[in-house]
Amino acid sequence: MSRDRDAMGRPLVAVTGIGVVTSLGQGVADNWAALTAGRSGIHAITRFPTEGLRTRIAGTVDFIGADPMVAPLLSERFAEAAADEAVGQAGLSGDFPGALFMAVPPVEIEWPQRQALAEAAGIEGPVTYADLLRAAGSRRFDDWHDLFIFGTVADRIAERFGTKGSPISLSTACSSGATAIQLGVEAIRRGEVEAALCIGTDGSVNPESLIRFSLLSALSTQNDPPEGASKPFAKNRDGFVMGEGAAALVLEDAARARARGARILGYLLGCGEKGDGFHRTRSSPDGAPIIAAIQAALDDAGLSPDRIDTVNAHGTGTPENDKMEAMGCLAVLGERMRHVPISSNKSMIGHTLTAAGAIEAAFSLLTIAHGRVPPTLNYAVPDPAIPLDVVTTARDVPVTTVLSNSFGFGGQNTCLVFGAEPA
Amino acid sequence: MTRPVVITGLGLVSCAGEGVEAHLAAYHSGEAPRTDAGTFAPYPVHPVAALVLDGQIPKKSDQRQMEPWQRLGVYAAGLALDAAGAKGDAALKAAMHLVVAAGGGERDYAVDGQILTGLRGAADPGAYLNERLQNDLRPTLFLAQLSNLLAGNIAIVHGVTGASRTFMGEESSGVDALRIAQSRIAAGQLDIALVGGSYNAERPDALLIHEMGGYLAKPGYRPVFARADAPGFVLGSGAAFLVLESEAHATARGVRTLARVAAVASDRTTRAPGSVAASLSDLWGRAGLSAPDAVISGATGCAGITDEERDALASLAPNAPVRALGDVTGHTLEAAAPFGAAIATALVAGAEAREVAVTVIGHRRGEGVLRITTAGEGA
Repeated sequence: MSRDRDAMGRPLVAVTGIGVVTSLGQGVADNWAALTAGRSGIHAITRFPTEGLRTRIAGTVDFIGADPMVAPLLSERFAEAAADEAVGQAGLSGDFPGALFMAVPPVEIEWPQRQALAEAAGIEGPVTYADLLRAAGSRRFDDWHDLFIFGTVADRIAERFGTKGSPISLSTACSSGATAIQLGVEAIRRGEVEAALCIGTDGSVNPESLIRFSLLSALSTQNDPPEGASKPFAKNRDGFVMGEGAAALVLEDAARARARGARILGYLLGCGEKGDGFHRTRSSPDGAPIIAAIQAALDDAGLSPDRIDTVNAHGTGTPENDKMEAMGCLAVLGERMRHVPISSNKSMIGHTLTAAGAIEAAFSLLTIAHGRVPPTLNYAVPDPAIPLDVVTTARDVPVTTVLSNSFGFGGQNTCLVFGAEPA
Repeated sequence: MTRPVVITGLGLVSCAGEGVEAHLAAYHSGEAPRTDAGTFAPYPVHPVAALVLDGQIPKKSDQRQMEPWQRLGVYAAGLALDAAGAKGDAALKAAMHLVVAAGGGERDYAVDGQILTGLRGAADPGAYLNERLQNDLRPTLFLAQLSNLLAGNIAIVHGVTGASRTFMGEESSGVDALRIAQSRIAAGQLDIALVGGSYNAERPDALLIHEMGGYLAKPGYRPVFARADAPGFVLGSGAAFLVLESEAHATARGVRTLARVAAVASDRTTRAPGSVAASLSDLWGRAGLSAPDAVISGATGCAGITDEERDALASLAPNAPVRALGDVTGHTLEAAAPFGAAIATALVAGAEAREVAVTVIGHRRGEGVLRITTAGEGA
């Protein structure tokens, strides 16, 4: 077996570039410093009026803007910044030598644009879509077509970075970022590409997105203080806090990375996924799909459960998710799980939704690189139903492998295993 | 490893009707597809045939939780599972993966209209919008809008729970859903997958997106390759799903293989005059096409690219009949490639063709070519 193949004879997948943007800052260095210092990026929303809303806080990224300020364009800006950093770190110049897999938030026309169309229709009575259509027919709004179709964000990133082939825009809800990485791993293992640019991005904190989650009772309503709202695994957790950001990973066939002398930051050892047909928003009560996804990731990595050093949790801070995730981890890792450090980045950056799996993959790799597990904020009241070693201040421990979990609405469960070295 | 990938089940619903026979009949007929030019005038649409939803979505509670784009997709997915002999096999479905090509779901048009009306005179528009959205949005509407919730509903209704991935991005997402599913199966990463897409054209927000940009043909339907005077597409409601599996897996299950997915090639080129023709020729070669018996074209009818495609096909396949999907089902965006692949499969399965080419040129971006052949034919 070559050193650049895994135990199953497949090409090893190396990570050679990482880029991150979150409410904690732009770039890996700033994010890691803030994350390990236990600084929160959650704050009162200033982007739009929050009067009358039950939840008025989020981990918005306010230092990168877009004009117009709409989710797809903001998501594109975050992705561009993250990809720039990742590609630069990988030492790649010119066209990117591989495919683009991109997790992007769902796209639709937003309220300011609807209002502009309604105004352009210039009618006195009740507004209907027929009026908006008539306004669109004036040709004054043609630029908005590309802005609000689903393929544009990835198309522009493909153009900007010169990626090869047809770019993939994907969604698996809150596990989308992990799925983007999984698609890249699979393509490299098939020998289809030598490199993949895998991105998760989300800039969709706007009134309607926030209210949609709020109406499903998914969000924390503890607005004051904002940094205390996201409480993964704590007994008084009351929902997640929306966050924004992006992460990009450059994945490469390890043989190619070595041949060109690239610095290998870690390996993507295994990916696992399992669907759940129980309910649109809730997990199967027995946890079987979550258990199957974690087990599949370990099997794919060729690792036994006792080889996992720490878990980068999905840890949204909703009563349901954290309970089910704990159950799943305990079922697969066994009694030992009670002493395996587990932490949720969402306590500081919020739930970055489409981007979460990618951002948390980046932080998992940094955890390995620094031998330091970042803390989970606001874990003041442990939940007896969750007998886990939740890390509350940055902990220095040797870390050679990390399990990163991502779960989403619609029965999406995706788990990734990262390693310092091949398994 | 590279294994032959075959198609063992098709599920189709559109303006042409329900099922494979209805779509073959529409393919062969020279008549205009069923068109509704009145409801959204001046924008014609091709409305989906009436469906008895209970046949594939037995629980009313499930039907209620979905919007039309999801119901169409779940319905067609059920037809494909039935056709592949998989519907009753819970273990098979629990291991089956899903790759869905889709956009997003419908809005509450009445609520949107009321809010826009109220915003006009609101003293504090931000507070007004917050209040109205909080009070007027149905909480579960979100779940009928999220792109990945078509896959989620297929898992719930049909028990297809291997794992799902939803590709977005208009026409090219349908091509890439097929390409990546085929590649995973061919490489041994997967044994069986349900792949498809769904589109509801009968919604004003979808028309609005495409009227911005001027991509809608109006005021009536004309054949796709005869729209020089009024270019653009006529959107069609429908869904197409296919069961793809390795040939060995199909043989072991003892099911009939309808056709083989011999190649799916796709690319993204920077659009300029001539780029579509060049990309199409390149993909044609990469798909290994030389002399197909038929060409099914996903041409949109949009200016420039439709003529380029017609001219390119005239030289690439001078002897093959070219049939536009837009003249059979209307333009179904994400579902166009699945429809093309499915009708090609039906032609092969019915021994009407040994090899069929499918082209899908996105109205803004992305080009794809599929080669569907008789099962057992060489790669």
